[in-house]
Amino acid sequence: MNKLYTNLKDSLIKDNPIFVSYLALCPTLGTTSTFNNAIGMGLSVLFVLIFSNLLISSVRNFVPSEIRIPVFITIIASLVTLLEMILEAVTPTLYETLGMFLPLIVVNCIILGRAESFASKNNVKKSIIDGLITGLAFAITISIIGAFREFFGTGSISIFSLRLQMFTQEIMPSFLTKNTGAFISLGLMGWVFNEIKINNMKKGKVN
Amino acid sequence: MTMNEIIIFAVSAFLVQNIVLTQFLGLCSFFGVSNKRTSAVGMGLSVLAVITLSSIVTYTIYYKILVPYDLLHLRTIVFILVVSGFVQIVEMIIKKISKPLYDILGIYLPLITTNCAVLGVALINIDRQFTFTQMIIFSISTALGYTVVVYMFSFLRDEINKSPVPRALRNNPIALLTAGIMALAMSGLV
Repeated sequence: MNKLYTNLKDSLIKDNPIFVSYLALCPTLGTTSTFNNAIGMGLSVLFVLIFSNLLISSVRNFVPSEIRIPVFITIIASLVTLLEMILEAVTPTLYETLGMFLPLIVVNCIILGRAESFASKNNVKKSIIDGLITGLAFAITISIIGAFREFFGTGSISIFSLRLQMFTQEIMPSFLTKNTGAFISLGLMGWVFNEIKINNMKKGKVN
Repeated sequence: MTMNEIIIFAVSAFLVQNIVLTQFLGLCSFFGVSNKRTSAVGMGLSVLAVITLSSIVTYTIYYKILVPYDLLHLRTIVFILVVSGFVQIVEMIIKKISKPLYDILGIYLPLITTNCAVLGVALINIDRQFTFTQMIIFSISTALGYTVVVYMFSFLRDEINKSPVPRALRNNPIALLTAGIMALAMSGLV
């Protein structure tokens, strides 16, 4: 358990999928206008990542290496289709708002990246844990971005069906929930992330 | 469609609904290749070729095979396989036909499979229920919009690389802020 926590901390801070490697920017910018959408996207990616790592690591010895990428993509695409069907049945509103970004999980670089660099080389148990940790790191990061944009853009935040109103909407910079705000808030958060990292390095902390 | 409608439709896909700055598609390659101007042009042109051709193929498959046989749930799987197969075919054809063109585009072609703009355009064509002509105009003008924005952005990044940017802002954060300002200009058109 302790090791799991250290691994999660590492993949959140040392190799954060968004602020360090800048992977999967399309869903990060496209679905983070509210906290609920962001967490829905994060959990969808987590689901696909765990199961794709599980399936890919269990077939890794039967797939010739020349055709591995098409095989991986087919597995991921089947999982995404399954997810689309589940979400359409369970939460139609989330299905509608995520819209095109749901089938686009297929081309999410994080999932194919983990499949290629980890699941195709390691056993099933390790791959599931890796999928869980990477997926959680992605989900947590985009939820934070979603919370930031929703809170500073509208002055309120909705966590599932609970709504907290702190400021009136008129005084908040509403552009943060629009497309310009997506780029700018991600840029500002990347700046803060790097600033903290550099400060920690100066203090000599290993982070 | 009259000429007027075609122009409005094309401009809307090209600028107002720009795929990178308002739809958030193809961002990985947008930030990845805009560092060098030659690679920006190369990527833009290969995306233009692949988006146009794969849109025609996916559109035809969707309405001629998936709809008549009631296989709509296979849409995502079929589309991504078509796109990735198509990229390979385009690569082989270019290699056979023109060696200089292959030298320019060669390294970018494999990257296009995971460029969300290609799959994204194929899905938008179906979601918005375009006719065949609308689909072709939409695909070409969207891909042109991508190419032009990546090309413009590579000039901006050239200037950024020459200026003294604070250490924490270097590379991606400053690029994101710049892209945000570009997106602001686009949203002024709506």
